[in-house]
Parts: sequence; C-alpha cells; structure tokens
Amino acid sequence: MKEFKGRVVIPGQCSATALVSHGGFNTLASYQTSFLTGDKKATCSDQNNPDIYKKPMAGVALCLPQTIGCTTGGMILFTAADYGRQPACMLFANPIDSIGAAGVLLSDIWTDAKMPTIDSLGDEFLSYVKSGMKINVKDGGIVEVLDGED
Amino acid sequence: MKLTTQQQEILDGKKGKTYAKIMETLVRYGELFGAEEMAEVTGKYGHLVTSFGLKVIDPVYKLMDELIEAGVVSKQKFTMDPRPLDKNVPSGPIQDLVFYKFMYSEQKRYEKQLEKLGLKSKEGFSCACYFDEQGNRPQKGDILSWAESSAVVYANSVLGARCNRNSGIIELFGSILGCVPKFGLLTDEGRKATWRVEVKTTKLPPAQVLGSAIGMKVMEDVPYVFGLTEYLGKELTPSVCDYLKNFGAATASNGAVGLYHIDGLTPEAAELGESLIAEAAKTYVIDDAEIQRVIDSYPIIWKNADAKPKMCFIGCPHLSKNELLGWIHRIYDGVKESGRKTTTIPTVLTAAPGVLNAIKGSKEEQMAEELHLTLSYICPLMYCDNPLVHSVPIITNSNKLRTYTSCRFYEDDKILEMITGKGRA
Repeated sequence: MKEFKGRVVIPGQCSATALVSHGGFNTLASYQTSFLTGDKKATCSDQNNPDIYKKPMAGVALCLPQTIGCTTGGMILFTAADYGRQPACMLFANPIDSIGAAGVLLSDIWTDAKMPTIDSLGDEFLSYVKSGMKINVKDGGIVEVLDGED
Repeated sequence: MKLTTQQQEILDGKKGKTYAKIMETLVRYGELFGAEEMAEVTGKYGHLVTSFGLKVIDPVYKLMDELIEAGVVSKQKFTMDPRPLDKNVPSGPIQDLVFYKFMYSEQKRYEKQLEKLGLKSKEGFSCACYFDEQGNRPQKGDILSWAESSAVVYANSVLGARCNRNSGIIELFGSILGCVPKFGLLTDEGRKATWRVEVKTTKLPPAQVLGSAIGMKVMEDVPYVFGLTEYLGKELTPSVCDYLKNFGAATASNGAVGLYHIDGLTPEAAELGESLIAEAAKTYVIDDAEIQRVIDSYPIIWKNADAKPKMCFIGCPHLSKNELLGWIHRIYDGVKESGRKTTTIPTVLTAAPGVLNAIKGSKEEQMAEELHLTLSYICPLMYCDNPLVHSVPIITNSNKLRTYTSCRFYEDDKILEMITGKGRA
C-alpha cells in the first residue's frame, strides 16, 4: 500500500477500483458514445486514449493527469453526474485544469452525485497506480493505493 | 476570495437559492485557481459554447429550466456557437431521421430557453462571433465571460481582450452575474509567455499546421512567436486576421492554448515586446522539417485509407467574408479550368449567418449556386461527430475538425486540387 496526499477539490471519502489514464482525459470524446447509446457503464469511447478506451468509467477511481479537449467538457461531466454515470472519484496528478474544475464543481453543486476529487497528487502517483488496483480516498486529500498484496 | 457587499449578499441567498448556487459555483471555481476577487465583465456580450439541442444532455435543459423558473436573466446578452443542423447540407434520409428525430430533437426547446435567458439574436450562432457581421467584437482590455476555444484565443490574442478558457455553463454563469473570478489570462502575470517559439521556415507555414505544432508542444501555456512578421507584416489586415484565426483555432484544439503573442503584430506584443516573455521560458524552434513531421504525424482513421472522399468541409472555424469570397473564386476558377460544371464531391463552405447574409445577391453567391456549392451556417464538427458520419470519408482543411472527428486533413492547395478535379479525388 502506498499513500499519496493532494489538495481537496471536492471533499468526501470513497473506495473504488482504479482506472488510469496516463494521457490527458478528453471528457467529450470519452463520454460521447455512451451518451448516445444510453450505456449506463459509461464505456469510454476515446479511441485516442488506449489506456481507457472501451473500459467502463462509471463508479471507478479515475486517475488522470488533467482533462483536455473541448470547452464543453465541464457540461459533459455534469451531465454524466446527473445521470449517475460519473466516476466514484477523480484523482488528478496535476493541479486541476479549468474545464475539469468546472465539471466537478457543477456536479457537486447542481446534482446529487458524490464524486470526491483530489488534485496535485504528483507524477509519482500516476506512475505507481495501475488500472485494477483498489483506491481509498480519505479526508484531508489522502489517497491510499492498494496493490494486489494488500 | 474577497467579495463585494453585493456579491456576498448573492452568495448568502438574498436574491434566492438559485442565484446563490450560481455565485457559489463561480467562487469555488475561482478559489481553485487562487483568485482573490471577482473581475467585472466589461465586454458587451457573452458567448456560449453549448449551442446544440442534443437529446442526451437533458440535465442541461433541466438546469436551464431551473434558472428560468427562478427568474434568472443574464446581465448581458450572449451569442452562441453554430447550430448543428442545416437542411441545405447534403445528408441522406437515415441521417435526417437520426439528426432531427433523435440526436438534436431538443434544438427548438433549447433555443427557446436561451431566448428567455438572454440570447442576442436568432442569427447569433457562430464560433466566430467576433466578426463585424456577427456584432460581438470586444474591445482591447475588455473582460469576457466566453467559452468556445477558438473564439477565446482570438479575443485574447488578436483583439487584446481578457478571458479564461471557460467551460460550458461556467461562461453562462459569468454572464448572468456580470463577474468572473480574476485569475489566469485575466491577469498581467498570467498573460506572460512561458514559451519562446522561433519560426525558421523558408516560407509562411500553413496557419493550421503551425498552430497545431505549437498547440501540441505548449499545451495550455502561452507562446510568444518570432519570425512571422517577415511574411505577415506588422498590420492586422483582414487576411492577416484570417491567418491568425485559423492558427489560433489549431493551437486551441490541438493543444489548449488560450492566448498567444506574435512578435511585432498582435496588440500586446506590439506594445510590450519581449517584456511579455517570462524569465524561464522554454524554446521551440520550427523549421520546414518540423512542419512536415507534424503533418506526417496525423493519424488517418478512415477504415480504408485509400477511400475516395465523399464530401468536403471548408470553414472550421467559420469563414470570414474575405475567406468565403476567396474560396468561391478559387473553386470557380479551378472547376472551369478542369472543364467541369461542378466540384468533384459535395463541398460545404461554412460561415457565420451574418457573413452569408452579407454576400446575398452578390455575383459570388451566383457563382456558388452555379457550382452547386453549399453555403451553410452549420457547425461541421457537430455534423461529423456522430457514429453515422464516422464511416464517411470526409476531407477538410481544418485541423480542429481533424482533431475531433474522422475527417482527413489536407492543406488548402491540395483541397482545392481535389475538389476542382485538378488532382485525384
């Protein structure tokens, strides 16, 4: 188990399985097909992101450097949250970007969804965490990453 | 964040719960980026990115209803990104069924909501809202609450206004309250360049490729670009502004650039020069080989890379009047030289509604009709960005369209050859 500390963007606690995007997370490209098909698992449709392409995003601990792409991104994340198809938590290695920040805040203030969000976890966090590992998000920006032996 | 008495009262709920939530959103948003206060929005109009009535974004319409029911009205009128539908643009019966009955079935409902909240006009739908014909052109130093990456980067860089890269909905909230958190590109410090880009090519690089190269390198940072005035001069003429429009859109879509400076040309660079470059700025040199490397790096995601193109889109971002007239003349001359009556494939030139109105009755409009060119206000990105169209081999001169869809990018001269029959199409 390894512990990382970041900045609390949206407070809360959760436990979930990690889904790791080493490249920037393109919010629109990732969600657009699942929106059109009504896919409740929110299967990722961003073919430019091999780390997460075709993997379900709903209910995972989404680990990412930052979001990228269209300025509709915040609105898209808000929509996903309102439908209950948002990640269980969002864990940013970098300081959060303006489009990602809009998405998590709109979700927190304008929907009933809970999506704890931590940023500034550092490059080491993204190097260490692997998809499938268990993640515990605790108070104070603490993120526990459990490998298979924990 | 330090708020004025009026802002604090809104946050405390004196104007109602909905206004309080809007203010809470902007305050928490600003605090994440170290904003210490709000800046008054001084631009006359806002500009919103979410212009499409997609059925699947129902939560957005519910949010709009919540605002309207609470009596919320935007402090400033706003323009919108382009509409997603235009019956003039070629499409088959299945596409029409899917576009009108399923995908964009909420377009009318959404536009009614926008009218209640503060839509500037029914013609106010273009990504290039800053064209004179669209009437939303900010002044130097104006503080804006805009989204749409290509419009934000143009307003900041070419017009010298101040605006962050806002998300959809956040920009509406700024227009409603008349204030935005002061951070990033709203501050002198945030407008300093952290990249020094040296263009050392043997001719003027294609705007769409140069922008792409810089965007992919600097991502969300601010570049200060040397070496372009040799080709562009030191005046913001209409054709130079067109170049910068297309350049900026590529920097913003291939990366996340919200502001660039062109040495000796853009307003702040002309005024402040190299003092705009931060001390620890990194350097990126672009020569002919680098331009070619970038072009060669674009993936072809057509199922059959050798497929014959079936359609062409020119105008993402929307064409200016200057560009639209130029394209019509070049296509007309090329088609005639090839001994043809029309283009080789259906070709759509997209421009702002005001620009299309401005050429109504002109000889160029007649030339376009003669060639069966489609002139449209549509957003080509929204037309192409769906599973029905992904399998259609479409070509474009837009690097933004290439980035977000399966459209294949070619430079202007090659596109002209392909659609006029001078080259293989």
